[in-house]
Amino acid sequence: MAVSSAQLYTWLERYAGIVAEQKQYLTGLDAAIGDGDHGINLDRGFQTVLVKLAPVRDKDAGTLLKTTGMALVGSVGGAGGPLYGTFFLRAGAALDGKAEISDAELVDALEAGLKGVQERGKANRNDKTMVDALAPAVERARQYLGEGAPLEEVLAAAADAAEEGMKATIPLKALKGRASYLGDRSIGHQDPGATSSYLMLRALSDSLAVLPQRAATTTT
Amino acid sequence: MAEAAVTTRLKKLINTPETEVKDALAGMAAAHGDLIRVEYDPNVIIRKDAPKKGKVGLVSGGGSGHEPMHGGYVGRGMLDAACPGAVFTSPTPDQMARATAAVDGGAGVLHIVKNYTGDIMNFEMAAELARGEGAKVNAVITNDDVAVQDSLYTAGRRGVGVTVLLEKIVGGCAEAGADLETVTTLAKKVNANGRSMGMALTSCIVPAAGKVTFEIADDEMELGIGIHGEPGRERTKLKGADEIAEILTSTVVKDLPYKRGDEVLAFVNGMGGTPLIELYVVANAVSRYLQKEGIKPARWLVGSYITSLEMAGCSVTLLKLDSETTKFWDAPVHTPALRWGV
Repeated sequence: MAVSSAQLYTWLERYAGIVAEQKQYLTGLDAAIGDGDHGINLDRGFQTVLVKLAPVRDKDAGTLLKTTGMALVGSVGGAGGPLYGTFFLRAGAALDGKAEISDAELVDALEAGLKGVQERGKANRNDKTMVDALAPAVERARQYLGEGAPLEEVLAAAADAAEEGMKATIPLKALKGRASYLGDRSIGHQDPGATSSYLMLRALSDSLAVLPQRAATTTT
Repeated sequence: MAEAAVTTRLKKLINTPETEVKDALAGMAAAHGDLIRVEYDPNVIIRKDAPKKGKVGLVSGGGSGHEPMHGGYVGRGMLDAACPGAVFTSPTPDQMARATAAVDGGAGVLHIVKNYTGDIMNFEMAAELARGEGAKVNAVITNDDVAVQDSLYTAGRRGVGVTVLLEKIVGGCAEAGADLETVTTLAKKVNANGRSMGMALTSCIVPAAGKVTFEIADDEMELGIGIHGEPGRERTKLKGADEIAEILTSTVVKDLPYKRGDEVLAFVNGMGGTPLIELYVVANAVSRYLQKEGIKPARWLVGSYITSLEMAGCSVTLLKLDSETTKFWDAPVHTPALRWGV
């Protein structure tokens, strides 16, 4: 099944709505181990994304995602801006000029985004960051794709893997970012970046699914 | 609870939290138009006569709320541009990219970055953008806060007081016409020879949050505080100024370590809510401690130069001096917040 750039727009719009809905939840997670602004900053970013996407929403997938990345980079600040910005800039670069995207190209784009996040933040798995949701998701998507699963199953499996990765951050000690200053005191808290990353992948799965949609917000 | 309410309420000279940074930038432009110009969206404070042909441009930036750092240090002999973020939030790459373009006189640009995860990443992205436009960009990271353990298991030491001294010394060097590599090497030397530690008597209040960043009792202090009110090493009972100064200074001295016979620049900094008279009480104790250790404070800076909104408290920074750093510290400077030799 091919994905159209219009469907990617639906994803971005849906995720912006979820971030707005979950703003307080994400901020609360961040207040426990960070500086308590993740939801506020990400919401400001995705509201900017919606404004910047309006004039280019009919363009190719690369333009949509790169516009999203630049909007986030210029409006979020902190660490979330460069990390989410880089995710979308790299994913967008992988889909340059494409109005129709194959399943494999979509997974490649997600992987390019993940690699960008890892380069930018220099985080490894189990450092208690967004990588802990993104990396298992890309891995699972790659596996399902290789087994010939249809795209909706690939993306649902990726979202499930992200959810497991997000929950697995709870017992971890943070090794990157502001939470790392807390040392052992970061243990027992779910990482806010892994949480927003999971929500992003669930939104992708839900917005591209031809199957009946699942509830997007299973974390509250 | 009634008592706590008095000390924790939001009572500030602002219009709204959302307009605070822009209102203050406009005020700086009005008051210091002979030295700087201000651009908005993206927000940048630029030296009035930038770009200076053939001079290395110095760009710094960080969250707002630390005034006079960094905007107050834009001018002759110090920074060419500063990028103010939201209060306690890193500025964004479009700000640094604009600042870099505005001050690039053809000799390259040095980014001066404090070691916070967000600042590092945003400056890295800005450097990539600027290099994409053909600019030559180097970066130096300050990480002088001894309160934080520098290990593989944290984001590393925070950049604090040394940043101010570095901007002055490296600014003097760039003004004298040194090339980008020389300026970068000097910047790294200054950071390597400086150490700081701070303490807080009270919390600060981030306007958008509207409440104190941390609770602290009337008879307590936080040792090793960061400039955003991040927790320090230890919460202890309040002590006298001499004892506090000795704890800070001795921790700093032992960390580098500074040795008998060393000449240093001693910097006693106020966190924003501490009066100058108290900073001089601290300076007196710092001076006596250094004398006892045989360390010579050849230069001093006493005042509130890297602040944390209205937090009460201080930090002590020592910078080991040599002839090069001393010469550029003494060089003329003309900025809104530091001025001598002109």
